[in-house]
Amino acid sequence: MAERLMGDSVESDICIIGAGPAGLSAAVAALERASSVTVVDENVHPGGQIWRHDQIKGENPELRVLMNRLPRERVNLISSATVIAAPAKGRLIAETPHGATPISYQRLILATGARERFLPFPGWTLQNVTGVGGLQALVKGGLKIADQRIVIAGSGPLLLAVAAYLKQVGARVVLIAEQAPRRRLIRFGLSLFSNPARLGQALTLKRQLSGIPYLTDCYPVAADGEDKVRRVILQQGAKIWQVECDYFACSFHLLPNLELASLLNCGIEAGRVVVDNSQRTSEPDIYSAGEATGVGGLELSILEGRIAGYMASGNLPGAARLFRRRDRARRFARLLDQTFASTAVLRELPSDQTIVCRCEDVALGSLREHRSWKAAKLQSRCGMGPCQGRICGPAVEMLLGWQPDSVRPPALAARLDTLLLTAELAEGQNTQEWSKE
Amino acid sequence: MSGETFDVLIIGGGIVGAACALEAVRSGLKVCVCEKGVIGAGATAAGMGHLVVMDDSEAQFALTSRSLQLWRDLADSLPVSAEYQVSGTLWVGADDEEMAEVGRKRSFYESRNVRVEVLDPRQLSEAEPHLRSGLAGGLLVPDDAVVYSPVVAKFLIDRANDAGAVLREGVTVSAIHPHGALFVDGTTVSAGVVVNATGSWSPGLTPGIPVQRRKGHLAITDRYPGFVNHQLIELGYLKNAHAVTSDSVAFNVQPRQTGQVLIGSSRQFGVDDPAIEAPMLKWMLERAVEYMPDLTGLKIIRTWTGFRAATPDSLPLIGPVEVEDGRLWLATGHEGLGITTSLGTAELLVDQILGRQSQIPTAPYFPDRSLREDIHHG
Amino acid sequence: MAEKVTILIDGTVHEVECGTTVAAAVLNAGRSLFRRSVTGAGRGPLCGMGICYECRVEIDGVLHSRSCLVPCRSGMEVRTDG
Ligand SMILES: Cc1cc2nc3c(=O)[nH]c(=O)nc-3n(C[C@H](O)[C@H](O)[C@H](O)COP(=O)(O)OP(=O)(O)OC[C@H]3O[C@@H](n4cnc5c(N)ncnc54)[C@H](O)[C@@H]3O)c2cc1C
Ligand SMILES: Cc1cc2nc3c(=O)[nH]c(=O)nc-3n(C[C@H](O)[C@H](O)[C@H](O)COP(=O)(O)OP(=O)(O)OC[C@H]3O[C@@H](n4cnc5c(N)ncnc54)[C@H](O)[C@@H]3O)c2cc1C
Ligand code: FES
Repeated sequence: MAERLMGDSVESDICIIGAGPAGLSAAVAALERASSVTVVDENVHPGGQIWRHDQIKGENPELRVLMNRLPRERVNLISSATVIAAPAKGRLIAETPHGATPISYQRLILATGARERFLPFPGWTLQNVTGVGGLQALVKGGLKIADQRIVIAGSGPLLLAVAAYLKQVGARVVLIAEQAPRRRLIRFGLSLFSNPARLGQALTLKRQLSGIPYLTDCYPVAADGEDKVRRVILQQGAKIWQVECDYFACSFHLLPNLELASLLNCGIEAGRVVVDNSQRTSEPDIYSAGEATGVGGLELSILEGRIAGYMASGNLPGAARLFRRRDRARRFARLLDQTFASTAVLRELPSDQTIVCRCEDVALGSLREHRSWKAAKLQSRCGMGPCQGRICGPAVEMLLGWQPDSVRPPALAARLDTLLLTAELAEGQNTQEWSKE
Repeated sequence: MSGETFDVLIIGGGIVGAACALEAVRSGLKVCVCEKGVIGAGATAAGMGHLVVMDDSEAQFALTSRSLQLWRDLADSLPVSAEYQVSGTLWVGADDEEMAEVGRKRSFYESRNVRVEVLDPRQLSEAEPHLRSGLAGGLLVPDDAVVYSPVVAKFLIDRANDAGAVLREGVTVSAIHPHGALFVDGTTVSAGVVVNATGSWSPGLTPGIPVQRRKGHLAITDRYPGFVNHQLIELGYLKNAHAVTSDSVAFNVQPRQTGQVLIGSSRQFGVDDPAIEAPMLKWMLERAVEYMPDLTGLKIIRTWTGFRAATPDSLPLIGPVEVEDGRLWLATGHEGLGITTSLGTAELLVDQILGRQSQIPTAPYFPDRSLREDIHHG
Repeated sequence: MAEKVTILIDGTVHEVECGTTVAAAVLNAGRSLFRRSVTGAGRGPLCGMGICYECRVEIDGVLHSRSCLVPCRSGMEVRTDG
């Protein structure tokens, strides 16, 4: 792969946003027919979340296998580039540390992955309270974690994967608190028997986690400390107790990243990019694959990525071969959603004083005064900070039932000069292309 | 609520309607305010919130300077989140011609007891280090201010509410007549005085009034405290803003109390679509960068548009208009100054309703003044 | 042993392994306060992946840089609000 960081323009037949398992698998599949592809990712290194570049363990072997199938002369990898706008049909703008890069494409694959869902509780803004994948990402980025005491809480299989990882690199994982009820997890566990590979993974994980308590129906009621977190207060049934820690990693399953899909006017339903059997979105020539279309784990991401790559390169038979396997994997995705859905009790965690919008420091109490998201935004600035409501939006939706509003360019905060370039490329375009309101 | 009767019914919960409601209820009137959407979410949310004394005409000066006095009176009771800040206006002169305008402005303001200070190029760059070099100078009007208008609108409405005004939020008025209003849900409200304060929507409820939509674009940055210290406006703005028939942009940059930099502004007639228009946005940002090159590296977190309610002579319409079966009242047409002049408008309106003597002459804003019909264009 | 680079964090010299993100380097330097929130609370990284903007610091004069996305480079100057 040819690495590049320049601010000059890129033309491509097939452009893939996201260099995670879905995006890279799409690239490999597309290259069977297409002569070249462009892959754009916000990170310095390819790999996405699960295969994120690791300072301690080095390159992930699965990633290496894929990367070996992506010859540098045929893959234009644009890293450290955040796609922020779609000024015209077939055009994107990515912001890099070296300037804005216009990208043109014939076919686009959105493989933008997922992020963690955060829910507010008293103390969640303390230092060293992080996401679960968030802490893992920091450690992979070189954070020294050996001998640190870590409490992991929230929901989802990610809790287990990260606990195993942190233990392996020398951290002291004190306990794992899963909010989902035990009965849901038993059902989930039983379903694994129908998939030996997954069962195998689960058993390996179980072995790796031996000695670490895994509590179900258990959730954090508060994090406590002066500036940094010192202890977490947990609840399980009627039992409330506290646990000392150096880091508290907490998140409640994953949420698809939808900003780009929304900017490109792709249909979105139930928090996912809507795709058909061939991973096509509602917009012509735009495909989506991986967790952007729903959170379903690695296998599904790879399968969807391959299908999208085949489709985008006109290789229908290649794609069709994978439909059944993909559909099976998708059933697992639905099971994940059901198993790790947040229980209602989590709504009771924040008090009126608890900050909901971390960018603008808006507390829950001052949101409750308002009748709608729009009114609350106007009056309190909730969701108006640089993260553009990506952290508080899902929390507000859960706590107050308000739906987030549409995405306007720039989809993510961007430098003024990037915006100028965007506007230049959009000139002469129908205004609707540039901004859908 | 159907059937209830009020002294005053105000349609529109923008800053103008909100100010009118509070003034009316404080004057002992029984008031109802109706807002189809969210309080302060119309032009009031879109505008820049610059509170400025203007000198385009005696009438404009009278209304803006009276309003600034009212803002100073109100300032202490405003919540912190209203971000009222006396940042002053700095009119920036690029060349000798614009410095001549600085001289004219200075004598206009000084002769009317508005404090001003002329800045030479060195003082200008000390006051605003991020302005490009080579500018000719500026005029500082230190008592002008900046405010976050939607919070003020809500504050005024809440005060009016506390004092007994009734608020109907979330229902659209479909028609008004001299004795009341009909809502889309079929309900009605009766009142002795019905005020159309729906800003750029006002011709919809009172057809035939000379109000046109004038679109504007804005962009806001992340927080960069100290990057800009005063509300900055180029003096070339005057050359542009008077051109009623053509699109224009001006360097118009505002420091928010949050440290954010609000970048304006554009003016367009004849566009109804609120979508961001790339050519306008580009033109506006380029103009801003021309004056402040360092803006290029700042992060923009949002862009949006809004509509001003423009009149042919750039003065608002405040007072009654005769219709078939009586009088309808207007408080609209505030163009790019409605945040500033909302408080003065409310005072003038209620003075007229109650037959009180006003602090400034009311005639220049009467809706039935003779208005040139040159607002129409191709 | 990985190659080392030298960076400045709030004026103090730190040696970090090549490839370390600025966020990790700041934490490894014993600092957990990255930025002050709009009401003055000290905050540090939350998401680790560019979403939350809690890890913002000044990097080589550029304000509001998301430190979790930026690898340390030799001679880099990092400023936190701490
Ligand atoms: C924080 C986190 C940690 C995880 N850790 C694990 C784990 O340890 N084990 C496990 O089994 N599963 C993990 N998962 C789940 C895992 O992400 C999925 O199973 C799988 O990796 C999804 O692959 P993907 O290609 O769909 O998305 P991702 O791997 O998320 O890749 C999406 C890529 O798109 C890029 N991107 C998004 N938007 C833009 C844009 N606008 N411009 C440019 N680039 C963009 C992102 O930077 C990212 O690199 C994790 C998920 C998250 C969110
Ligand atoms: C880009 C831009 C920059 C500006 N900058 C400044 C500035 O710096 N300083 C300044 O002083 N002014 C500025 N202005 C002007 C200022 O914003 C407006 O003049 C002011 O907000 C007008 O207030 P309003 O209450 O009349 O209108 P609005 O705020 O638009 O309120 C009208 C209300 O009526 C409601 N409504 C409409 N129809 C109905 C109906 N049928 N039934 C019920 N309710 C209805 C609407 O929902 C709306 O809330 C600017 C304007 C723009 C667009
Ligand atoms: S930690 Fe969230 S953006 Fe860096």
